[in-house]
Amino acid sequence: MELIYSKGKSGRHGSSLPKLDVPDANSIPDSLKRKKAAQMPEVSELEAVRHFTLLSRKNMGIDSTFYPLGSCTMKYNPKVNEKIAAMPGFADLHPLLPQLRRGGALTQGALAVIYETERMLSELLGFSQTTMQPLAGAHGELTGVMLIAAYHKAHGDKKRKIMLIPDAAHGTNPASAAMAGFDTVTIPSDPDGNVDLDALKKELNENVAGIMLTCPNTLGMFDKNVKEICDLVHKAGALAYCDGANFNAIIGRLRPGDIGFDVMHVNLHKTFSTPHGAGGPGSGPVGVCEKLVPYLPVSCVVKRSDGTYALEYHHKESIGYIAPFYGNFGIILRAYAYLLVLGREGIVKVSENAVLNANYIRVKLLPYYDQQYPGYCMHECVFSATRQTEKGVHALDIAKALIDRGIHPPTIYFPLIVKEAIMIEPTETESKEDIDKFIQVMIDIAKLADSNPDAITVCPLTTPVKRLDETQAARKLDLASLE
Amino acid sequence: MPYIPNTDADRKEMLEAADCKSIAELWQKAQIRTAPPALEHIPAGMSEYEVTRHLSSLASQNAIHLVNFVGSGYYDHLIPAAVGTMVGRSEFYTAYTPYQPEASQGTLQAIYEYQSAICRLTSMPMSNASLYDGGTALFEAIMMAVRITNRRQAVISGAVSPIFREMIKCYSSNLDIELVVVPVNASKTDSSQDALVEAVSDKTACVIVQYPNVFGTVEEWSETVEKVHAKKAIAVCSAYPIALAMLKTPGEMGFDIVTGEGQSLGIPLSFGGPYLGFMAVREKLVRKMPGRIVGRTVDLDGKPGFVLTLQAREQHIRREHAMSNICSNESLCALTALAYLTCIGKEGLLQVGNLCAAKANFARDLLLQIKGIEPVGEKAFFNEFVIKLPGDSSEIVGKMIDKGFAAGFPLGRYYHDRKNQLLVAVTEKRTREEIKAFANAMEAVLWS
Repeated sequence: MELIYSKGKSGRHGSSLPKLDVPDANSIPDSLKRKKAAQMPEVSELEAVRHFTLLSRKNMGIDSTFYPLGSCTMKYNPKVNEKIAAMPGFADLHPLLPQLRRGGALTQGALAVIYETERMLSELLGFSQTTMQPLAGAHGELTGVMLIAAYHKAHGDKKRKIMLIPDAAHGTNPASAAMAGFDTVTIPSDPDGNVDLDALKKELNENVAGIMLTCPNTLGMFDKNVKEICDLVHKAGALAYCDGANFNAIIGRLRPGDIGFDVMHVNLHKTFSTPHGAGGPGSGPVGVCEKLVPYLPVSCVVKRSDGTYALEYHHKESIGYIAPFYGNFGIILRAYAYLLVLGREGIVKVSENAVLNANYIRVKLLPYYDQQYPGYCMHECVFSATRQTEKGVHALDIAKALIDRGIHPPTIYFPLIVKEAIMIEPTETESKEDIDKFIQVMIDIAKLADSNPDAITVCPLTTPVKRLDETQAARKLDLASLE
Repeated sequence: MPYIPNTDADRKEMLEAADCKSIAELWQKAQIRTAPPALEHIPAGMSEYEVTRHLSSLASQNAIHLVNFVGSGYYDHLIPAAVGTMVGRSEFYTAYTPYQPEASQGTLQAIYEYQSAICRLTSMPMSNASLYDGGTALFEAIMMAVRITNRRQAVISGAVSPIFREMIKCYSSNLDIELVVVPVNASKTDSSQDALVEAVSDKTACVIVQYPNVFGTVEEWSETVEKVHAKKAIAVCSAYPIALAMLKTPGEMGFDIVTGEGQSLGIPLSFGGPYLGFMAVREKLVRKMPGRIVGRTVDLDGKPGFVLTLQAREQHIRREHAMSNICSNESLCALTALAYLTCIGKEGLLQVGNLCAAKANFARDLLLQIKGIEPVGEKAFFNEFVIKLPGDSSEIVGKMIDKGFAAGFPLGRYYHDRKNQLLVAVTEKRTREEIKAFANAMEAVLWS
């Protein structure tokens, strides 16, 4: 499809701007003005709208197809949340208003949203307090490990420079640990896919700052030793970080703070139904136990005894400013609305149905796909395309075959410890009928992979483009259409 | 149950298939054996109507009625209605990161077009798919310079936004990176370029400046950039993208890395986020750049298409050796910026730039006619400028709220030696009448 820059024509413009109602003068000398106008598109409003509408049709989204992308929790994004986020009282609010004198009174509604969401998250996680500042999941991870670093620093424990990370962890965990100044040590998984306890014990010593554990783990399973792991880590003077990417599996049913975790991030764009936006913006609040509260980023919203809200900035031991203001407020707002609609009784149903749907898919597909780590799963189930690989059909091919059949593929090749991984997460918002259709498609693909593998490896055939040459993309870099 | 379609009959059938008699048994078998929590502080569910009413009521407690002259890096610009409609297509906002390129050509092409727009605005050759915000982008630029030069010091102008500087300080705290801030003279608004160059040594990885700087002042940087290069350091500029509609570009002035806060490109203020960090770099640096990058390539039939590229830099492959831990971009915000620039267009962007600069100029002239208000610093500014008031600007701003104005940002909050100074921003949204009323209110607050 043509780029927007080659549409329209020179001299055309679609914008309707206010007329200049003051003298046409400014203070910029000619030497500091750009010589040539930036070559932005020159299209009518209709041409613009049509361009973006056509682009949108080349995308798969939750609103158009089943999207069982494992570890990403592609649940429905309720439309009321979008309406609320667009209310002018929120969307047009300047973040610096509360910093004007007496300005806190000008933003009581927004501060209430942050405060009330924070309280509910703390309750759901089993923690003392939650910072709403982190701007994404990985940003939450970074905040969490920085809190661990601050804690050890404050206790004069300067030797603790090692962060333990299971081999099944998402790549962001070691990357975040490195950005907080830690060296990482990888802990292997045992044959059941759990953290290898013996290996863990060997690595625990006075140089270890903490462990980053995904719970439930990246295989979609609940490590039955998780409490023991937290205990061992604490005994060694280290702290336990919970990567809450998979919180949808346990929300309302189990609180990570109750089983010994010290700090944890959640993804509002996963468990709390805010849109993924094709890769952000997200939001990654971090909950902490009492002993980490002093190090939380500034600012925090507090509720005064008279029921009004205020921003607090003065925390001597705070790690400082990880975000420019109060977090991704527009995203927090959507999560708040979601929690209010669901309420206590609805939240419990989220994890129940997410886990039920995943186990249903698991048992239905077991006859057709191998499982490296069998057993009851939580909110997602991980298969291997090893049986299909014997016929030359890989996880990637199965993914492309699903696209041709109108279903967004599951996550593939993650976690890395599973060969030819296919990770399926249906979420609680899919109907049984759609789940049954997906199961049937997966069975059909498995059968076709056996009888006529070429019919799978040739996929996709129905998409705007066929498989793309990624090697050329990296070698002959074409990252922008310049003027 | 809202958003959860399983009926009791569905659940019964699915539980049977999973060989469980009840949900309780399913939890048991999935290793969840502790008692469920009480969740006493979570309220009972509300209807969509009740929630909307509750949030409308909260929204009404936010003072958006104030006529806004606060900017300080985050600006109240017009957003064409079509932007929201285009970005509101749920095929965009309900999609995930485009890992399956054949099913994500819409997002991928849009990001490629966004990268192109950033390059065209900044006059740089390469851009990434965006970062969280202007502050994180600036920190990532420092880390990039550290990787390129193997040096661990950043020289930062005191005229860079204190918000960004606080964030950089926070992120650097565990990383053995030295931050040297070059202070600015409180009676001026320029970036003390000579002192900046002076501070650069063979330890310096990069020099960080802002354009226009935090005081709104527009400066020529070309010579300073040359001097920084002569000392083998990287020159980094954090730019205000709408100002680039009119101003000589960072690319023209020779900067190596250009970052900035992209909120002004059609993204609502939304009380602090979500926003957009942009980053554009010289070609030779691209393999050290953090964040997602989209490239154009061809498919099996030779048809053009788009993919995420240079992924070997990223966390899901490089783990602790990655360029950054970032895994999302701010895709929907990047899409918004592109939609904005498309709707506004080449001509519209020039107009926005001109309107901002002219209205700011008009406002400053009016304010300086008021007894006791004095100019501060350099004259060249885009849409934001500093004035000195005959008293604590924070107090005066407090009084202006009662008159219906968010009068600007009191610089004493950032700089203890600028207590009487006020930073005033004017966008194309402010009318002649509003600006005059603002000046009148200011005069009344000061002298009656």
